[in-house]
This record gives sequence, C-alpha cells and structure tokens, in this order.
Amino acid sequence: MAEINREDVAHLARLAHIDMSSEELDRMAGELAVIVDSIKSVSEVAGDDVPATSHPIPLSNVYRDDVVGETLSNEEALAGAPDNADGRFRVPAILDGE
Amino acid sequence: MTAVHDEVLSFDEAMEKYDPALGFEVHVELNTRTKMFSSAPNGFGDTPNTNITPVDLGLPGVLPVVNRVAVESSIKIGLALGCKIAERSHFARKNYFYPDTPKNFQTSQYDEPIAYDGAIDIELADGTVFTVEIERAHMEEDAGKLTHMGGATGRIQGAEFSLVDYNRAGVPLVEIVTKPILGAGRRAPELAKAYVAAIREIVKNLGVSDARMERGNVRCDANVSLMPKGSTTLGTRTETKNVNSLRSVEHAVTYEIQRHAAVLDSGAAIVQETRHWHEDTRSTTAGRPKSDADDYRYFPEPDLVPVVTNDAWIEKLRSELPEPPAERRKRLQADWGYSDAEFRDVVNAGVMSSVEDTVAAGVSPAVARKWWMGEISRRAKIADLEPAELGVTPELIVELNALIESGKINDKLSREVLDGVLAGEGTPAEVVEARGLAVVSDDGPLLEAIDGALAAQPDVAEKIRGGKVQAVGAIVGGVMKATRGQADAGRVRELILQRLGVEG
Repeated sequence: MAEINREDVAHLARLAHIDMSSEELDRMAGELAVIVDSIKSVSEVAGDDVPATSHPIPLSNVYRDDVVGETLSNEEALAGAPDNADGRFRVPAILDGE
Repeated sequence: MTAVHDEVLSFDEAMEKYDPALGFEVHVELNTRTKMFSSAPNGFGDTPNTNITPVDLGLPGVLPVVNRVAVESSIKIGLALGCKIAERSHFARKNYFYPDTPKNFQTSQYDEPIAYDGAIDIELADGTVFTVEIERAHMEEDAGKLTHMGGATGRIQGAEFSLVDYNRAGVPLVEIVTKPILGAGRRAPELAKAYVAAIREIVKNLGVSDARMERGNVRCDANVSLMPKGSTTLGTRTETKNVNSLRSVEHAVTYEIQRHAAVLDSGAAIVQETRHWHEDTRSTTAGRPKSDADDYRYFPEPDLVPVVTNDAWIEKLRSELPEPPAERRKRLQADWGYSDAEFRDVVNAGVMSSVEDTVAAGVSPAVARKWWMGEISRRAKIADLEPAELGVTPELIVELNALIESGKINDKLSREVLDGVLAGEGTPAEVVEARGLAVVSDDGPLLEAIDGALAAQPDVAEKIRGGKVQAVGAIVGGVMKATRGQADAGRVRELILQRLGVEG
C-alpha cells in the first residue's frame, strides 16, 4: 500500500522548488511509493522496544575547541558563485522566504 | 508597495473586551570565538564573506563539528532560565530554500532541545512580578545577511536582486521559546519589554553573549493573540518578526493587540501569519501565512552526533554561573538601605553597577546615589549618553566627596570642579587650585557680604530679629550670590544669626 500519492509529490516538489510536469508527478509518485514501502519493512523488524536512531554507530559528544582556524579569502569564497557584486553573492530577489 | 493601514481599536477599548496572550521567541547570539559548527571567527562588522569556511558555505564533502563552548554556553542559559537540561539532545535539519542559508537548511534542534521546562520571574517597573514559563531553549545557527538592492527603500518589495554576506551564517544562536503567557492584561506591552530586557540582562550577566540589541545579538519574535474576556480558549496568533529594540517590543505588542481587537470587533477572523514591524510608522504589515505545521521537513542531522550530558558536567557549569541579576538587586538594595522607590530609580537610570562600584571605592550609598542620580544623570541627559559613559570614575566621586566633607568646596562648587576634571584640567584638587574654587572660609569677606545682604533686605532682617529664623534663607541666598557661591552656606547662616543676635 503506497504511502505517497500524487498530491504528496506535488507538495514536496513545491517545497523543494522543483518544477515538475504532470507526467513526472505520476511517475515519481509510483517510484517513491515503492521506496517508502521498502523502507517500511524495517519497522516490521524493529519493535517498539527499539529506539529510533539517526546514526549507525552509538557515538556522542564529538566537539571542537573554540579556536579560530583557517578561513576562505573573499575571492575563494565567491569563486564558485554564478554572480557576485561588492564582495558578496548576488542572488535574485526572492519574496516568499522566511 | 504602499503600506495599507489597518484599523486599530484604542488600547483601552481593546482591554475592556479582550485578554491578550503573549509568547516570545528570543534569539541570542553567543559570543564564542568561532561559529557553531566551523572554526570561522564569530565577528561583527568584518569585510563581507571573509569569516567563512567551506562548512559555512555548505560546500560538498564538508563535515561540521560542534563548538564545545557554544554547547556549554547554551547549557548555562538553560540553567539560568531554570530549565531542565536534556540528558540527550541532537541537531536537526530545518529545510527551507532562501539565500540566507547556502546549505538550503538551517542546523537547529527540533524534538530534543538542550534545555526545556524553565521559568523566570519578571519584575515590572512598579515591582509587580510575573512568572514567565519557558518551553525550551535550543541551539541553532544564525543565517547570512541579505541586502536588497534596486528597490527604492532597501526593503525586499521592489528589489531587483539581493547581495549576500555569509559572515553571520553559522554564528551560534540559542532560541528561547516561552509557553503562552496569560493574565498580563493591560500590562502585556510592559511585560513584553521587561521580559526581553530580562533575557538580555541574563545572557549578558552570564557572559555568553554581548547582548547588544542594536547589533542583533538579541532578537525577538513576539506572538500576540486575544481572547474575549472570560474565555479560556487561545485566539489565533500572529508572530511579529525581528522586533529588535526594547521600545519596539513594547510598541509592537501594543499595536498588535489594538489591531487584533479591531479585526475581531468587525466580526472577521485573525489570519495566522507573520507580521513585519516598522519602527517608522509604529505598525506592522502582513508577512507570509504561517501554520503550526510549517513544512520544514525536519530530520536528524546525520553529520552531527548527539549531545549527551551528565550530572558532573552540568554541576560544573552550574558552579560557574554568576549571581542572578534579580538576586543581585535584592542583595544590593538590602546592603545600601535604599527604599523601593529609590532603588527602582537607580535601576531604571541604569546606574546600579556604577553606584555599586562607587560604594566599593569608599563613599556611603547615600552619597553614591546623590552623585549618580543627580549631577551625573543630569549631564548624561544633556549629552544623550548613558551616565556610565560620561567618564566619571568611582575614584573621582570619592575625591570630590572628600573635598566637600573637608569643607574645601561645597556642593555647588563641586559641580564646577567636575566640569574641570571632565575637561581634562587635572585632579579635583588641581582644578580647585587652578580655578580658585575654594570655599571662602575667612569670615572677613563673609561678614562684609552679610552686612550688604542685611542692608539690602531690612524687612527680612527685622523678621529674623523678631524670631522668624526660617527667613534667614533669603539672606543666605543674598550672601551666596554676592560670593558667587564660594561661601559655606552653613557658616554663613551661623554668622548671620550671630550678627543679628538670634539663637540658631
């Protein structure tokens, strides 16, 4: 049973700013549903007594000292940018953001 | 875009009909040397895009590592807010697309914040105390700074493009979220201001943030909703973003209460949305619609491992906490013996620490208060500075006071001495010498002046002779005028009464 329908895909595409055609939405809904179903089989193995985890190895408290290290120069920082001006990244004006 | 002015109800009318509920999200920038997840410097005002590493730009293959001091500062904030510290907490990705983050997500905390369930007492100017409950305090990173170009006003409306500086991206933030604050009634705006002031004071006192609101070190999002009087169901809220001065917080809450009341009165519903605060018009305009389930698709940050605390670590950090500001105030008031009103005036004038230092330097609390609340505050007002910014040191006050107590100068002359010292003319003693300000203590010239004053006001002299001793003030005034203030008023009074043969 598919957990992902066409509406879900359209919603995700909007959130991810991906322009998708009607055919692509149909195809992706089918493909994602298969993936979600596959992953779901994990929960059949892991019972309620197994806590959710985001890391494969039980590691915690990895810190760095508060010491300044090497930084990029302004030129290096902007080197990969499609456009820049005045030492800064130049981007289109976007209205709908946070 | 021309701002559309919303209808508002008068604050009084709004308060007759509705009860406000408040909620705050305050972002505190930590003053660590480096960023939250990279070793780039955490600086302000540097050349754009120089305080960055590949981690801050989210370049492929980078690995963030958590700044230990930032975690410890966050735990200290949690402790100072009376929060529980999570045994286990982790970071999450908050996904959104906007150029202020080059990674397309903000690293934040979602379901396991570092601190939760706290409370702080907020004291209003008249001494009323409100307890504000803290829902959580979590760690995250700041975003880059966008400058909108091409628009007429520098605002995003009408802008053609934006320029981005990522120096601030990745600076450690702690976001402090309150539970809904009910029952403040018409004091809601005042409480809002006092709450943000208290947070600022706490983080500054902890030494974990520079806490300068004008630099954005402390930023407030203010949530406001109204419910009809008697109702206990929370109304729909709006969130006014980035209200970044204490005065603005008070004004923004006042305005939103008035606007909500007008909307509700008209029978319409409040739209749940963000609002933008405009200090120039003292009003808000609609931002984007907001729902409780904003779809940020949070998921655990796979590149960062959990933060796990233990009692020994927490207790060590707790032992490093300074005395809380509220307790410090209580202690100082008791030590100094000020009345509630006197102490409140000192606090509100922003001179509590100055008074503390001055008392420690060796004058009485009463003398310290006289100087800081009187002459120094007066000068500060004229110069439009904080009293502490005038360059008056505790040692200077001690010296001035010693000169007064020894009878070398009087209060009036001490102000001139202060002028001289602040003008760089030397120590108080040197200024007295150079300006010839010593009190006239030789009775000869004084008696001359007294005779002159008595002759000028014979009717007053007659009254005093007749026993009306209180009339002596007029003659003292005349003598002080004649000696250009350089006489000791107490001695003048004595001499006048002697001259007239009246018992003091």
